[in-house]
Amino acid sequence: MTAVETEPARASAPPHDEAASGRASRPRGKRRLGPGKAIPFGYLIGPLLLLGVWVWGSAQGWIDPRILTAPWTVVETAWNLWETGRLGPDLLVSARRFALGLTFGVLAGLVLAIVSGLSRWGEAVVDGPVQIKRSIPNLALLPLLLLWFGIDERMKIITIALGVLIPIYIHTHNGLRSIDGRYAELSETLRLRPASFVGRVVLPGALPGFFLGMRFAVTSSWLSLVVVEQVNATSGIGYMMLLAGTYGQTDVIIVGLVLYALLGLISDTIVRVIQRRVLTWRRTLED
Amino acid sequence: MTQTRHAARVADTARAPGAVVLTDVVKRYGRGPGAVTALDGVSLSVEPGSFTCLLGASGCGKSTLLSLVAGLDDISGGSIDHVDQPVAMMFQESALFPWLTVAGNVEIAMRVRGVGRAERRQKAAELLETVRLTGFAHKRPHELSGGMRQRVALARALAQDASVLLMDEPFGALDAMTRDILHDELERIWRERSLTVLFVTHNVREAVRLGDRVVLLSSRPGRVLNVYDVEMDRPRRIDSAPVANLAASITDALREEVSRHAG
Repeated sequence: MTAVETEPARASAPPHDEAASGRASRPRGKRRLGPGKAIPFGYLIGPLLLLGVWVWGSAQGWIDPRILTAPWTVVETAWNLWETGRLGPDLLVSARRFALGLTFGVLAGLVLAIVSGLSRWGEAVVDGPVQIKRSIPNLALLPLLLLWFGIDERMKIITIALGVLIPIYIHTHNGLRSIDGRYAELSETLRLRPASFVGRVVLPGALPGFFLGMRFAVTSSWLSLVVVEQVNATSGIGYMMLLAGTYGQTDVIIVGLVLYALLGLISDTIVRVIQRRVLTWRRTLED
Repeated sequence: MTQTRHAARVADTARAPGAVVLTDVVKRYGRGPGAVTALDGVSLSVEPGSFTCLLGASGCGKSTLLSLVAGLDDISGGSIDHVDQPVAMMFQESALFPWLTVAGNVEIAMRVRGVGRAERRQKAAELLETVRLTGFAHKRPHELSGGMRQRVALARALAQDASVLLMDEPFGALDAMTRDILHDELERIWRERSLTVLFVTHNVREAVRLGDRVVLLSSRPGRVLNVYDVEMDRPRRIDSAPVANLAASITDALREEVSRHAG
């Protein structure tokens, strides 16, 4: 065995030596194709920039506080709401709705995607109704859901789950179907039983699709939450904002919006972190 | 000439374990006037423990032939016999599951046969040692070089414990140096385990370097054009004069065949 063969492949450089040396001898400052190296905490730069514009604009007096409350006022209001015990319970109620809706939606979406992705009959039965649901906005379904399930928590969680189900289904199904056909051939030559084929080839192969769906699902879960909390709710962040709108409390509305934004950003980050850990075997432009 | 030789070989080989006998194999794709005949009456008998290289221009149906032997596709006519024994197969690309570790990729071949966990682990370690990859058990395929990945694929094929090993251009994507080393390794393993190897390649020198026999296939439809017995001592060097000479004459025959179809 020569050194060429035994040397462990470097994580970033392709095993072809010409490519490696060509890269090294390239003149400095020349732009490389591909997005390049990852910026540490790069995903925070955009939101921070936006925040900066808001702070600067308010400090300079360019933004009318009646239109958009200054950030420090928002912080102050948030603190007051928290201290008087008005924010905490609402936040908790919202978080619970989000978590339950997301869980049920993900489970339902996954089951439907697997049924429809692995069998032609399953697809024939499941795919049509899901596509129909996809083209009907949750907002349009709401009156019917209200009639069916009342105005209690059940209706809210079902509504959120219905919104979550769609992206999970679409992307997991797509992930299942776009697995390289050669892996199926390979599994055949290994004589894998159907159960092992599903568990060890199909599901891991569909994980990238599932995670993409998960990112849409998390956002969609928050969106549905806003909708259900502003229609017929008596608690939750959305209800708090609705009430504030009635009394013209711009600062409270902004507190609600910022909370939604923060929660959305945090949950998306969590999904991304898990995705990165689980999908270490994938080498894409992202890394 | 090929036919009589085939008949004689079939008689000799009988139905010994490790033997593969192809008789008038036909493969057609599609129906009616649009049908394409990929293979047209391919007869070949592979003796147990022999190393046979299938050589031909791209699109001559040599990979198709291998899939038929592997049972991945149905034949349209003729017969393929390999005494009900399992065959192992090794591909050029996508030969490993990227989400499994090296050990996981090897073990999955044993899992289906109901081999217990401890035994699986031990056997995988042995096989990785055989292909000289000790210490890489917990790496993922993307962390390995192309040559190392093919070593893992070879270890997995061996884990299937089949006496027949089908290889579809397994070293086609590797650089010359790595390929050269893997030729030595494959030859060693083939001898140690008395495997029957069917090896598809479009590289003439590689075929002469490795094969006891080199079977030259014609293109569209695929037929056996000629069979060359390679009577040279092993191990052979791919750059030695005898290998180069035989390769040159086979290349001439191949070139004639390719130009007959205008490329």
